[in-house]
Amino acid sequence: MMADDGTKNILEAVHVRKEFGGLIAVNDVDFVIPRGAIVSLIGPNGAGKTTFFNILTGVYKPTAGGVIFDGTPISGLPPHKVTALGMARTFQNIRLFHNMTALENVLVAMHSRIKGGVWRSILRTPALKKEEEESRERARELLRFSGLPGRDDAYAKNLSYGDQRRLEVARALASGPSLLLLDEPTAGMNPEETANFTDFVAKLRAEHDITVLLIEHDMRVVMGISDRVTVLDYGEKIAEGAPKEVQHDERVIEAYLGTAATA
Amino acid sequence: MSDQASPQAPKAQNRSNSTLSSWRASYRRYRKQHKWLGWGIPLAVVVLAFSYPWWGLEGPLAFIFNDGLGIDNDTLFNMSVYVMLALGLNVVVGYAGLLDLGYVAFFALGAYTLGWFGSGLFNNLDWHFLDTNASRLPGIHLSFWVVVLLAGAVCAIAGVLIGWPTLRLRGDYLAIVTLGFGEIIPDVFRNGDDIAGHNLTNGVRGLTLLDRPGFGETLHDASGGILPVRYTSLELRPWYFTVLAMMLITVFVNLRLRDSKMGRAWIAVREDEIAASAMGVPLMRTKLWAYAIGAIFGGFAGAVYGSFINGIFPTSFSFQISVIVLVMVIVGGMGNIWGVIAGAMLISWLNFRGLDKIGSWISDVPGVSSDFSIAKYKFGIFGALLVIMMLFRPEGLIPSTRRKAEFAEGEGQATLYDARA
Repeated sequence: MMADDGTKNILEAVHVRKEFGGLIAVNDVDFVIPRGAIVSLIGPNGAGKTTFFNILTGVYKPTAGGVIFDGTPISGLPPHKVTALGMARTFQNIRLFHNMTALENVLVAMHSRIKGGVWRSILRTPALKKEEEESRERARELLRFSGLPGRDDAYAKNLSYGDQRRLEVARALASGPSLLLLDEPTAGMNPEETANFTDFVAKLRAEHDITVLLIEHDMRVVMGISDRVTVLDYGEKIAEGAPKEVQHDERVIEAYLGTAATA
Repeated sequence: MSDQASPQAPKAQNRSNSTLSSWRASYRRYRKQHKWLGWGIPLAVVVLAFSYPWWGLEGPLAFIFNDGLGIDNDTLFNMSVYVMLALGLNVVVGYAGLLDLGYVAFFALGAYTLGWFGSGLFNNLDWHFLDTNASRLPGIHLSFWVVVLLAGAVCAIAGVLIGWPTLRLRGDYLAIVTLGFGEIIPDVFRNGDDIAGHNLTNGVRGLTLLDRPGFGETLHDASGGILPVRYTSLELRPWYFTVLAMMLITVFVNLRLRDSKMGRAWIAVREDEIAASAMGVPLMRTKLWAYAIGAIFGGFAGAVYGSFINGIFPTSFSFQISVIVLVMVIVGGMGNIWGVIAGAMLISWLNFRGLDKIGSWISDVPGVSSDFSIAKYKFGIFGALLVIMMLFRPEGLIPSTRRKAEFAEGEGQATLYDARA
């Protein structure tokens, strides 16, 4: 690995490997995310994309290899510590707190940013009251920014599918991330919603200085907004580069369409 | 989809009584227009509770409450102790969603803490600190108020020690392990009369002659005789006021925590552990806090109960207490303080007096045998009550709006047709 002071690449994964029993889900993958970029991770179903995501966010500990985030080695850290360092994620199958309101969902994600502990909460000190009010204001702002105005007090499970996806992003943003990981954010969206979402991601980078890693199946999204694309197949990295290059890579076409297509 | 979809099983959606819900709706509207009700109603309840001896025990309504329902001094005290226990367990079960079947362990530990720091158990020692006993007794005798705080601290530490290995487990596994601890701890007290040659619990003989609360001569005189020097078994009102005050503290802490960062984290962990930890909520810490806070209130209740009963025996802390307290929380409405209080009052009244009273009312009916005893079927009745509640009102008597939402389906998840129809 080159000497890096953490300014150029926000995340570096070195020889990351994950085995489940005999199954090798991720096989010696090297991967970097340049600061400020929008990077996509694509690959056929079962290629190990979500497993790789789970390694980055601390849900799984890699069998071998390591991950460095913002200059800090994070492999083996529990998810909440990774989040506190500034990495946030959404889930492929929406995992909102269904019986909490939209506002509460966002407030939960501010956990690591809110200082007030149990004793101060019981005494409700003026400092705590102020902090709580500020957190609520910020949460309302985030909901507006994410396209959910006026739904603050709706239970998450009563939101429409598209709004649930938006709430997941708002919740992830609430933890104050410098790197945002989105796991198939446009799954189930119609073309118009998808286009809106793509604009939203571009806005995130432009206005909030957030680096984005995207797992995505919709090639229009991937090719439209990514600076770099990495392709996984059977747990191995088979291609990496600008969207145009990857699109014409033989191995990628083969992985997606099978060998017969290239023959 | 994700695995937390299971609580939305269409067991009992919106089967609640329509008159009741229209009542609630109009109450809510009224409440919005009259902001003072937010503190006015709780204040009225507190005043009613503190003045009970003057209108319920004696006075205008005594013929209903004291004579009719049998809520005398003793019952009143026991009910209040159980309300405290239920509120403590509410933090663990209602807020954090950790099924604890061994809550009695902390009740016992609180009582035994009183035994250690407020009785003649260690009679070769002679430690005193502001105790209000009439004469200087051998043993450790700290001020009762200090002992109560110590009981809370000891239980918090025990809660963390027990929770550390067990809270890694989820759901059923956690329930089984807590059940085990609930059985182990009274057993340790039963056999604790010879631990490496030391008598720590007096074994099956139990501990008697425990210190009682009191304020001492100085405070007694300063308050113009209102605060008693020491509580006695003849004048029971101070006991009731004391446990009522402790109960209010429990309610206060419950309310404050519910609306705090920790309260939100508890609900998030209950809803989805993986998502919660991905959002920066430390799972172990969050669960340990719930467990420790629940334990503290169990400890407070244990200490004051032990002192009132003036005897602590390993057999007093059976599994049945864990079950009854859990039934109170479930029947009342998990997670809702007012529901839990109502559930605890109802069940503890039934447990201590109600069933006897109902039995005697039935015996009074001409033609019914006079030795008819309904109390014999106590646990059968509680079991049936639980089944009926689960069938018709699984969210509890007075559910929190969140619990109610849990049992109602999400707009996107409504079933297309009712398979039972």
